[in-house]
Amino acid sequence: MTTAVLNAASDSEGYHAPGPASFDLPPVFSIGDFGVTKPMLLLVLSVPLIVGFFWAASKNKAVVPGKLQFAGEYVYGFVRNGVARDSIGSHDFMKFVPLLFSLFTFILVNNYFGLIPFLQFPSFSRFSFVLPLAALVWLVFNGVGVAKHGFLGYLKHVTVPGGISGPILVLIIPLEFLSTVLVRPVTLALRLFANLFAGHLLLILFATGAAYLILDSGNPWYIPVGALSFVLGIAVSFLELLVLFLQAYVFTLLTAMYIGGALADEH
Amino acid sequence: MIGYGLAAIGPGVGIGLIFAAYINGVARQPEAQSRLQTIAILGFALAEALAIIGIALAFVL
Repeated sequence: MTTAVLNAASDSEGYHAPGPASFDLPPVFSIGDFGVTKPMLLLVLSVPLIVGFFWAASKNKAVVPGKLQFAGEYVYGFVRNGVARDSIGSHDFMKFVPLLFSLFTFILVNNYFGLIPFLQFPSFSRFSFVLPLAALVWLVFNGVGVAKHGFLGYLKHVTVPGGISGPILVLIIPLEFLSTVLVRPVTLALRLFANLFAGHLLLILFATGAAYLILDSGNPWYIPVGALSFVLGIAVSFLELLVLFLQAYVFTLLTAMYIGGALADEH
Repeated sequence: MIGYGLAAIGPGVGIGLIFAAYINGVARQPEAQSRLQTIAILGFALAEALAIIGIALAFVL
């Protein structure tokens, strides 16, 4: 798909359209054969950033919070009340707040690396970085379901929706099993990956396109098109501001919903 | 590429309908917003899953 576009672009002009290859960054440094790339460093960098921020926010605890403490409490309250309590239920949501909170802040900070100058790479636009998160969520929501209902009970809980009986079950059971066990983790991982990948690709496309059309094309008629591309790049950046937050939110919310669904007494 | 563009129409319409219904619901009953929001995001995620499967297939094929 993209190779055709690439060839067409490079044959007619000197412009190389960005593609999936733009995400294969060369290693920054290597330890033996193991190359450490920029997304890995960003992933590691995000942890001290998050820990540092919340450490600073909770260092001088006061009844009347300061600016920093308020910001920290706001994020925490958002995840606890807006995500965990609303979708798991007020009975046993507190157990899962640490997991959901870490997931949310971790994904959020790594997403916003895509818009910070010089860093400018959302780590989760590499699929292999998203997979462990989805696997963790899959283990957790199935684990709590099995712990609550027992293995067979959980299987029945997952595959048989309440209020359905008779021959339709032959159709429903495999479908529900497939959707819970297979489709859920796959879409969870793919959603985060594909949104960040597509968004970042769009940004690269508009930015490099504008630079090429304005500076390197040598044809004055291309300059207005390049300017349009530049403006669109800025517009997409603002869209990305929203999308990056929304993806972190959706990932956490769906995790909470899956856990809530596994814990629920009936469908 | 064109195929993926066409495939994105369906989820696009679906997401539009979901949020239209959500806005209607909140306008009629603002106190139900937090409940409706969860349902709307879930529906949005399910509709979006189709578009995502599309983009994954576009890269695989």
